[in-house]
Amino acid sequence: MNALLIVLLTLLGGVGWLTVTTREPTRQAVVAGILGLLLALLFFALQAPDVAFSELVVGSAAVPALLLLTIAKIREQQVAARGQEPAGEAGSGTSGSQGGEES
Amino acid sequence: MSVYPYLVAAWLLGCGLYGIVTSRNYIHLTICLTVVQASTYVLLLSVGYVNGAQAPIYAGISERSVVVDPIVQALTLTDVVVEATVVALLLALILQANKRYGTTDPDRMTRMHDE
Amino acid sequence: MRGGHSRARLATAAVGLVLVVGGFAWAVTDLPAFGHYHHRYGAYLAQHSLPQRGATNSINVITFDYRGFDTLGEEFILFVAVVGVVVLLRRLRGEEDESDEDINESQPLASESLRWLGVASAAPLAVIGAYVVTHGQLTPGGGFQGGVILMAAVTIVFVGGEFMIMLRLRARAQFLEMGEALGAAGLAVLGFGGLIASGVFFENFIPHGHRGSLFSGGFLTIANLAVGIEVAGAILMVLAELLDQRLLTRPA
Repeated sequence: MNALLIVLLTLLGGVGWLTVTTREPTRQAVVAGILGLLLALLFFALQAPDVAFSELVVGSAAVPALLLLTIAKIREQQVAARGQEPAGEAGSGTSGSQGGEES
Repeated sequence: MSVYPYLVAAWLLGCGLYGIVTSRNYIHLTICLTVVQASTYVLLLSVGYVNGAQAPIYAGISERSVVVDPIVQALTLTDVVVEATVVALLLALILQANKRYGTTDPDRMTRMHDE
Repeated sequence: MRGGHSRARLATAAVGLVLVVGGFAWAVTDLPAFGHYHHRYGAYLAQHSLPQRGATNSINVITFDYRGFDTLGEEFILFVAVVGVVVLLRRLRGEEDESDEDINESQPLASESLRWLGVASAAPLAVIGAYVVTHGQLTPGGGFQGGVILMAAVTIVFVGGEFMIMLRLRARAQFLEMGEALGAAGLAVLGFGGLIASGVFFENFIPHGHRGSLFSGGFLTIANLAVGIEVAGAILMVLAELLDQRLLTRPA
């Protein structure tokens, strides 16, 4: 086992923890993209170029794009719902689920 | 050191499961699921790795070279792309749930459903 | 601890986590030491993929030929997942007011330079995608990776702010659907082709061609193309549906 593998694996462990503990979805999508990039690098180091290629395009591009689109859509849905009902129900749902980011 | 990559896979599994259990947001939960999947990729590819071996692509290397296990790579390869569409399916479900309940918090959703 | 969690649930989860992860860690210590795995099956397939199929990328040969049946199953997961997404989101669109449809069609949200960058990189990306799909049996790549790159070629145009292209794409969603279905059916048909030609499902029944050439590997080229089209169509369909959702509710 060479130094490159050890460094990549250790980084991967750290970024994995960071991905889980980042609670704000937009930031988490970006961290998940970095995790995908690290995984791709690790797969290259493990002599798996095909998988690395796959992980690079899927993990660091396609999945974060899907996540960001969904997050944007959910915000709009919640903003629209809040606009319709002045009562605090939808608004408190928004701030609870988005980590207070919207205020 | 010979089990370090496997332990990293175990660590990622633990991280992902911890995130899923404590998640207050279905989007966060979906990303934690991809961390769990990453753990399976790391485990599979680490098992197939052979010290000093080449990638199993016989372009520019001898046909007699020692190569890493191509089977685990073929398994991982297809799953990586399938993962993207499964995540998309989960996100579509989350969108529908948010439309219905106005929240992406599993606990709030359960409470609203009970009322 | 957050307010929403009951203590009992967290305690149960903690016990489960310790058991699962601890058991996992205990189990992996008995695996062959890292870097010392003697893979007889894998080595056999790797050694024989070039003499038997004339293709240099043994991973591609295993994915689509030796273990093609597996890949067919994986491909159907992909297909069903995308059908699920489309069914879920289309119903959502039906609930929206029709008059919202044409509010935002011509509002570019990106800067001029970003738009040009998006348009300019689309063609090279499409060429790279096609190259990756068609050379899968020779070099790292193939239908799965190339399909995603082909999808990215279309998506990057959208990132550049050309919503119109995505809207037109959605208006012609039946072509995407047809592409995806054809791709999925293509691999199954290849499997049945082997059944008809030699009595074995997924037998590689097309001449294997000259070693290392573009048309080596028998039906691998076709399998890669089918999967490439399916993957590109699948992810584009998902993106087009999500985009559609997003556009419909953008405040005018």
